[in-house]
Amino acid sequence: MNPIVPMISSTVVAATPLIYAALGETIVEKAGVLNLGIEGMMLIGAVAGFAATLVTGSDTLGFLAAAAAGIALSLAFGFLTLNLQTNQVATGLALTLFGIGLSAFVGHNLAGTPLPPLPSITIPGLTSIPIIGDLLFHYDIMVYLSLVLFAAVQWFLTRSHAGLTLRAIGESPGVAHAIGKPVLTTRYLAVMFGGACAGVAGAYLSLVQTPMWVEGMSAGKGWIALALVVFGTWKPMRVVLGAYLFGGVTQFQLFAQGFGLPIPTEFLSMLPYAATVIVLVIICRDPKTILLNQPASLGISFHAAA
Amino acid sequence: MKLSENWKSLRLFFAAGLIAASSAAASAEPLKVAFVYLGPVKDGGWTQMHDVARQKLEAAMGDKIKTTYVENVPETADSERVFRQLAADGNKLIFATSFGYMEPLQKVAKVFPGVKFEHVNGFKTAPNIVVYEPRFEEGFYLIGTIAGLMTKSNTLGFIGSFPIPSVMRNIDSMTLGALAVNPKIQMKPIWVNTWYDPGKERQAAETLIAQGADNVAQNTDSPASIQAAQEKGTYAFSIDADMSSFGPKAQLTGTTEDWSGYYIAETKKVLDGTWTGNRHTRWGLKEGMVVMAPLNPVIPPDVVKVFDDTKAKLISGELKPFVGPISDSTGAVKVAAGSTMTDKDPAFNSVNWFVKGIDGTVPQ
Repeated sequence: MNPIVPMISSTVVAATPLIYAALGETIVEKAGVLNLGIEGMMLIGAVAGFAATLVTGSDTLGFLAAAAAGIALSLAFGFLTLNLQTNQVATGLALTLFGIGLSAFVGHNLAGTPLPPLPSITIPGLTSIPIIGDLLFHYDIMVYLSLVLFAAVQWFLTRSHAGLTLRAIGESPGVAHAIGKPVLTTRYLAVMFGGACAGVAGAYLSLVQTPMWVEGMSAGKGWIALALVVFGTWKPMRVVLGAYLFGGVTQFQLFAQGFGLPIPTEFLSMLPYAATVIVLVIICRDPKTILLNQPASLGISFHAAA
Repeated sequence: MKLSENWKSLRLFFAAGLIAASSAAASAEPLKVAFVYLGPVKDGGWTQMHDVARQKLEAAMGDKIKTTYVENVPETADSERVFRQLAADGNKLIFATSFGYMEPLQKVAKVFPGVKFEHVNGFKTAPNIVVYEPRFEEGFYLIGTIAGLMTKSNTLGFIGSFPIPSVMRNIDSMTLGALAVNPKIQMKPIWVNTWYDPGKERQAAETLIAQGADNVAQNTDSPASIQAAQEKGTYAFSIDADMSSFGPKAQLTGTTEDWSGYYIAETKKVLDGTWTGNRHTRWGLKEGMVVMAPLNPVIPPDVVKVFDDTKAKLISGELKPFVGPISDSTGAVKVAAGSTMTDKDPAFNSVNWFVKGIDGTVPQ
């Protein structure tokens, strides 16, 4: 068996939850809201998706339940930060801690129950092509949907009127408010979108990557998604590339060990983080790119002057 | 004068009464036994096995004891607080079920000399601390027996958490067990540098399978590698608990723990006053602390026979996992011909080498 093909397909599977979570957060941050609660929303999504699929037997319902659970949690965040204008950093951290605890509590009796994995899609004619079929046409549907989501987010932010409004609100909510743009509503929708994406990302872990529920199974992926958004300078294309890069280097370091390369494993474990940061920093080494892309009002509460 | 004399006798009377009352209470009140867990009780592995044993202990001892547990206790200063609290609450026997509680336990034990502490897998004892540990290497030797006979590619894999002696011994003894039945095998270890990350464990399993390893064992905690093997049609081995529900075709067997025998024995010692400190207990297959998960029906009868024979020899003591000559992957002799490394040897607790047959260098 050609070892390169499984390496690449593992990379894609590892990167997919990061893509969902990071694209969601990109929209949230572009609207000027910093939600550090991705990890918590992912875990809630993971447990909700797992429970729904276990009960109904339907993966689709599982992902929908995960999105709904993510939205529910993000609404709590929205109410606190947008209506009550609490500090976004502190609220986001609290959301993560809350999500970790709540998911563990809710999922207490689900641990140790297995689920059958999501079948991969077979496209007649294409999947059977040697190597290329294995590389491109044998994933589960959520992998393809993550790319659809990427295209949609890209189009929304750069080509749609609503996207322009969202970005304007992220840059200067005061001005947007003055010309009659619905700041609060837009930010709410963005936060909910982020919640839904994080929920789906979590469900990808508990339904596809490792079909089971265990406490804390996101193992820090929410934080990596958050970092990808920043290092990808809020550009969907770079965020997605960063996710694949991270997944790829994670996979490579395991692979290198299997071949017995004499590199310290601690160094290899560090590699995915270091490589992703270095590459993304090089891509956007021009400080102007960061300044131009970072939403000017990120993390600042908006209080509409009467 | 008279008054003060009366007062004195009154006080004496009360004091005597109090002592009598407290000793009567001591004999009537059950012994309080506490358990401190690293993970949640439903983790499907390590912690769950301890909690199952706690329930068995309670069932066996009835109203003579009363047990409590605290779950999700991190191996940090937090654990010290938990131990203090439990000791202050009147627990007289406390089981600390993770290696990382070692230092906090040392501190707390000095403050509560009347409380008896039991620490798993550690190496620091005290007048009121004893250490207990399963002979994991026996379980992994048997996993090696099965893997060595079931492999078609002659390549075995191991997902390692951290290159510490207790994990190194497991990889080594699995390899020795496999080499004893199939000299052609080669072992590929992969370190994930975590005890628990289902996604990463899964990736490691897929990598090993892609590199030809058709029998993969693990020292990490989640059933992710069993699921991976189930999907790829290869074999895997569980750890701590039976994980066959995650891969009924993939899991050939596994090494699990039954702590109840030890917990009951130690509690009885405390009850009848024969408990002593400064002990180090290692129990294995013979004492029932190491228990093999049920064998998968795909294993052919001749392999089952070799497994049963090997197991019987390990139980009788006729066979030990580390019998010389053993040389490491660089060729240096680690256990001389004619000698056996047992858990009494100091070298046993500092194994930092791979036996010959393991493909890879030890991270230093």
